[in-house]
Amino acid sequence: MIKAILIFNNHGKPRLIRFYQYFAEDMQQQIIRETFHLVSKRDDNVCNFLEGGSLIGGSDYKLIYRHYATLYFVFCVDSSESELGILDLIQVFVETLDKCFENVCELDLIFHMDKVHYILQEVVMGGMVLETNMNEIVAQVELQNRMEKSEGGLSTAPARAVSAVKNMNLPEIPRNINIGDINIKVPSLSPF
Amino acid sequence: MALKIVKGSIDRMFDKNLQDLVRGIRNHKDDEAKYISTCIDEIKQELKQDNIAVKANAVCKLTYLQMLGYDVSWAAFNIVEVMSSSKFTYKRIGYLAASQCFHEGTDVIMLTTNQIRKDLSSPNQYDTGVALTGLSCFVTPDLARDLANDIMTLMSHTKPYIRKKAVLIMYKVFLKYPESLRPAFPRLKEKLEDPDPGVQSAAVNVICELARRNPKNYLSLAPLFFKLMTSSTNNWVLIKIIKLFGALTPLEPRLGKKLIEPLTNLIHSTSAMSLLYECVNTVIAVLISLSSGMPNHSASIQLCVQKLRILIEDSDQNLKYLGLLAMSKILKTHPKSVQSHKDLILQCLDDKDESIRLRALDLLYGMVSKKNLMEIVKKLMLHVDKAEGTTYRDELLTKIIDICSQSNFQYITNFEWYISILVELTRLEGTRHGHLIASQMLDVAIRVKAIRGFAVAQMATLLDNAHLLTGNTQRNGICEVLYAAAWICGEFSEHLEDPMQTLEAMLRPKVATLPGHIQAVYVQNAAKLFATVLRKHDGETESQAAQETSQLLIDRLPLFVQSANLEVQERASCILQLVKYIQKLQQKNVEVAEEVTALFAGELNPVAPKAQKKVPIPEGLDLDAWINEPPSESESEDEKPKAVFAKEEPKHSRSRHTEVDEKELARRREVRKQEQANNPFYIKASPSSQKVYDAPGVEHIPVVQIDLSVPLKVPGMPMSDQYLKLEVERRQKEKAERKKKEKKKKREKRGKERKADSGPESEEDITPAHQVDIVTEEMPENALPSDDDDKDPNDPHKALDIDLDKPLADSEKLPVRTHRPEALKSPAEDRDSESVPQETKKKSGKEKKKDKEKDRKRSKEEKKKKKKHKEVEEELLESQPEEAVQSEETKEAAAPPTSTSAEQEVCVLMCVCLQEVTAPSSAAAAVDTSSAAAPESEPDEPKDTEPEDTKSSKHKKKKQKKEKEEKEKKKKKRHHHHHQHHSDAGGEDSVQNGTVEEEEPLPVSQSHSVSLKQEVKVYDIQGNHQDESKVVVSVIFENKSDSFLKSMEFNVLDSLNSKLQRPEGAGAHDSLTVPFQLPPGVSNEARFVFSVQSIIMPQKLKGTLTFIVKSDESSTHEKLDFKLHFTCTSYLITTPCYSDAYAKLLESGDLKGSSLRLEGINMPFHHLLARICFHHHFSVVERIDSCASMYSRSIQGHHVCLLVKTSDQTVSIDAKCDEPSLLGNVLDEIKQTFSKC
Repeated sequence: MIKAILIFNNHGKPRLIRFYQYFAEDMQQQIIRETFHLVSKRDDNVCNFLEGGSLIGGSDYKLIYRHYATLYFVFCVDSSESELGILDLIQVFVETLDKCFENVCELDLIFHMDKVHYILQEVVMGGMVLETNMNEIVAQVELQNRMEKSEGGLSTAPARAVSAVKNMNLPEIPRNINIGDINIKVPSLSPF
Repeated sequence: MALKIVKGSIDRMFDKNLQDLVRGIRNHKDDEAKYISTCIDEIKQELKQDNIAVKANAVCKLTYLQMLGYDVSWAAFNIVEVMSSSKFTYKRIGYLAASQCFHEGTDVIMLTTNQIRKDLSSPNQYDTGVALTGLSCFVTPDLARDLANDIMTLMSHTKPYIRKKAVLIMYKVFLKYPESLRPAFPRLKEKLEDPDPGVQSAAVNVICELARRNPKNYLSLAPLFFKLMTSSTNNWVLIKIIKLFGALTPLEPRLGKKLIEPLTNLIHSTSAMSLLYECVNTVIAVLISLSSGMPNHSASIQLCVQKLRILIEDSDQNLKYLGLLAMSKILKTHPKSVQSHKDLILQCLDDKDESIRLRALDLLYGMVSKKNLMEIVKKLMLHVDKAEGTTYRDELLTKIIDICSQSNFQYITNFEWYISILVELTRLEGTRHGHLIASQMLDVAIRVKAIRGFAVAQMATLLDNAHLLTGNTQRNGICEVLYAAAWICGEFSEHLEDPMQTLEAMLRPKVATLPGHIQAVYVQNAAKLFATVLRKHDGETESQAAQETSQLLIDRLPLFVQSANLEVQERASCILQLVKYIQKLQQKNVEVAEEVTALFAGELNPVAPKAQKKVPIPEGLDLDAWINEPPSESESEDEKPKAVFAKEEPKHSRSRHTEVDEKELARRREVRKQEQANNPFYIKASPSSQKVYDAPGVEHIPVVQIDLSVPLKVPGMPMSDQYLKLEVERRQKEKAERKKKEKKKKREKRGKERKADSGPESEEDITPAHQVDIVTEEMPENALPSDDDDKDPNDPHKALDIDLDKPLADSEKLPVRTHRPEALKSPAEDRDSESVPQETKKKSGKEKKKDKEKDRKRSKEEKKKKKKHKEVEEELLESQPEEAVQSEETKEAAAPPTSTSAEQEVCVLMCVCLQEVTAPSSAAAAVDTSSAAAPESEPDEPKDTEPEDTKSSKHKKKKQKKEKEEKEKKKKKRHHHHHQHHSDAGGEDSVQNGTVEEEEPLPVSQSHSVSLKQEVKVYDIQGNHQDESKVVVSVIFENKSDSFLKSMEFNVLDSLNSKLQRPEGAGAHDSLTVPFQLPPGVSNEARFVFSVQSIIMPQKLKGTLTFIVKSDESSTHEKLDFKLHFTCTSYLITTPCYSDAYAKLLESGDLKGSSLRLEGINMPFHHLLARICFHHHFSVVERIDSCASMYSRSIQGHHVCLLVKTSDQTVSIDAKCDEPSLLGNVLDEIKQTFSKC
């Protein structure tokens, strides 16, 4: 079983949290902080497994994580999951994100947390691995997005116009910043 | 209206969407909290609007804020609103929010049941998918119970996408509602062979999770999994299965033997490291399970170790880590094969990755032997020096201590070396583990008597050099060792060379800077040293030295008297006064040494940590008994509830107040002394007789034969390395000596024996340097050895420990949502339930031929369906009439959700009556028996008792006859088997739901080509607290025939006391239509309400079920008789009761008593109680040893109280109730329950 999936950036800011066991909000934040603390002080060339983490799990649980550029993907799993399998799963998940967002970067996750959730829901359900075939995951996500589009989406044209207007006064938005090897692009203004 | 819409969309234009919110937060980095609080205000406004799009947008934003740590549970109701939107876009947002913030405590969850059910049966697969995903995160026991059946149906959905989700979510349902496991398991098992790999993988996943917790219940699946393992190519599935086998093999060694070969093949063939690793892991598990039986698997072990070595040598840190992890598993059973890779593991200690170093340390723990302990610890000490000031160094320290102290210092041959290691470790600065070292010092000094002399010398040196350790007291944990040092020096001061010097060291002014508890030990032990010094100078008249010592104490102690620490202050002032007094005596030349020494005489023995818990309660000790009778005026309030029962005999005499004469006192003192002598908790002269080492003889006073090659005193601080050298030399010498002996051929038998039980390494050959007597920790003499303290009673998986191989009892059905007669009053349901039966009535009444055609069509459609999975949705519904009806119903039933949940509160699961009809017959006979209510199984049932029914049934009979004659080929078999389940169930110990279908052997008759069987089962009678005269009976109808059943009508012959509730306007004898039809092999549940006048007597009601059997060509009317058994127990509702309320109740005097005695019951008491609770709806109020009080309440509010006592197979039950006849019947039923076992 997977107990929790956490995505946060190099500064510990959460980008997606998904607990499969109930924790109150403040506890969740504490877990994120602790996990970040544990994970962030590790070099990139050490192993991706971490035991401990007093807040979540216990002796049966492990943190399995991967670090991609600015983001940490952390899965908290128990001993019924294969360690290497979960590492593969994280890879599958990230590659799926990459396909769905076309060159994913942190900003995609920041602005489209809901979509990331929907993608994750096709990979892991209720703490158990649902699908590992990337093509299948992408196909299901796209079918659902198409359905949403056919319903007109959450916000329709006027809202988009408004948000464009609202954007005019904003301080500049980062455009094409290169951090390391990843390409951060401008979030598209049209949400869909 | 139009204006409102326009206004709404204008409003929307200025709403922030999620992106705007995120952007806003990013632009307000300085005052984020403030910005978010304004956003939350806006969201609250948005949630107040009617526009669902606005609400959905708001909920979406809330989901984001939840991630940031904001509590959004206040919007739970709005989330439910968005969930119930018909648009997928909004629904998805709603379910996402719900899955993020709903939990078992969220009260609005109960409002979602019908919405979720509706979504689950939605024609749009993504609606269903979204609902399943959401539900998987917030499923509660209630939801699980109510939706289990719907989800189970989805497991056979046409779309694999839904199937796999439904399969996965079943695991969550099982966890929350364990009763669903058995009914759902067959279908789950089916899914293991689903054509879709995703579904298959999901099923494997679920079963693996289940089996991991309760492996023994899943052993029977091993062949199936074995097949999957050899056929599957999906690595995910393979990994899961292989992991599962790892859990199964310990239970079934034969499985392990079978597994070795395919697993070895996989290890050789696979390129996937993850699979390889899991294979190795499972092979290890297999080998562990086999290790006791067959030792000849060295090839497999070698293969594993060799593969793991490759992993460990890999540059990928992950593989290295996992390799070490797996290695540690092999280590437990095959340490030898791992020990040969010691080099590799020691090398890993140098790895830059801390996780890997820690793993390697773990391995070292198991790799030590007597032979290599010193060497390994030496290496670790080197690492300790290197790893200055890190947490890793602390970890090393604890590991060194762990390694050395494991299994009672098993591997330590030279304790002097160990003490020196401990002393060396004290030089670590800034470690948190000072107390750990200290406790080791104490442990060794107390338990290894031979070492005390050496230890004391070392400790004295430590005390002397205390300034080295106390450099920075504030954050320096190492000064803890001074605690141990002072105590050891004081307690074993007779070994001290120069007690005076140590005493001086302990009273230095610098000591006052130490932590309080250490100072206290210093002061106390200074007194002990003082006693030693006095004794040393005993006999010397006018001893100058003794008086000097007293003076020293008197000079130095005042410093401690002023200590801020109370403990120090108290001890110091006490001892100061004592010393002053002694000084006075000394000046008068009085011999005091003897008396002072007596103060500290006696020896302390170590006591096992669990010892206190293990002390058995002495016979006759009753801690709840009054020592003095309570004062009379409060008697009425404080009296024990037990006392109210008539049969309780006064146990405790009041003779305790009587005066005892001197003789008696003396006798008692003697007895007490005797007791103390036997009591391990009294400190006494002789230490415990338990030993670990095979010390020769019974004598356990240390046999101090210190090897002469080891110097007793090492100058200054000890160097553990010296011991290593000496040890090597010593061993060589011993070896040489042994060789000499061998040449003399004097070894003979003894030597052979030794060789046999010690491996090739011949561990035993290394004799310890000291003949040590390790005193084990003391345990009470008759302590129970069982170690059941480790089990967690709160483990949710415990409830899933369910036998799955037992055939499914028919009563174990998932609750199906159907119409309840009492709900007919609500107009919505009325309409619905009428529409179905009307339809069927029409069919049954006139248009039979049409019906047949339809049926044919239907069966064709069904065939089609099997071939083509992707049919249009409507067609699908038609082809699955049952489902269609159900989903229609749920839509209607969605209207009043609160009223139904209120009823469920008092749902008491029980099984009253189980019926089945069989009768062997030829065609003609079948007609007869079917109308004659299967007389052979219920011969005593007079036919005439049903005058009301005769007309209709005769009518039907005629029809039937005609049809039967038309189709003479058809032969029917009916099976009537009356099984009063409720009272029988007591016999089955392991039954979960209290029901077992006891298959009566079917009469074998080859001529039957078609068998027709329908079952009616009453599995549940619900009392209703709100309405004390109504009982809800749930009946499961199961169609066991190959034909389609419809137009079922249910009728019960009312008695004076109990009446079936019929809709308004219906006659007293009209049947109720069962609101569904039954395709072959399907079962469904209907509920009927009975009004009951008096509940004090059990009742049997006769009933009839009429129905039309439709097969391809024919359609016949059939009738089935059954009995409903209302036991008195079924009127009881499990109601918790607090003991004080219970006592009050008993004292009220309104209750009348009765009692029952059961002989020859030899089940454990808690089983007995559980059985009463389960079968008779009682709850335990209080339990003391073999006595328990229990409580239950009837639906009409009668209180029933039981006092159950047991002693040697006899159980006596004293009962009280305000209704004696009800009580009598309940007791009879209890008796019946137990007479079956």
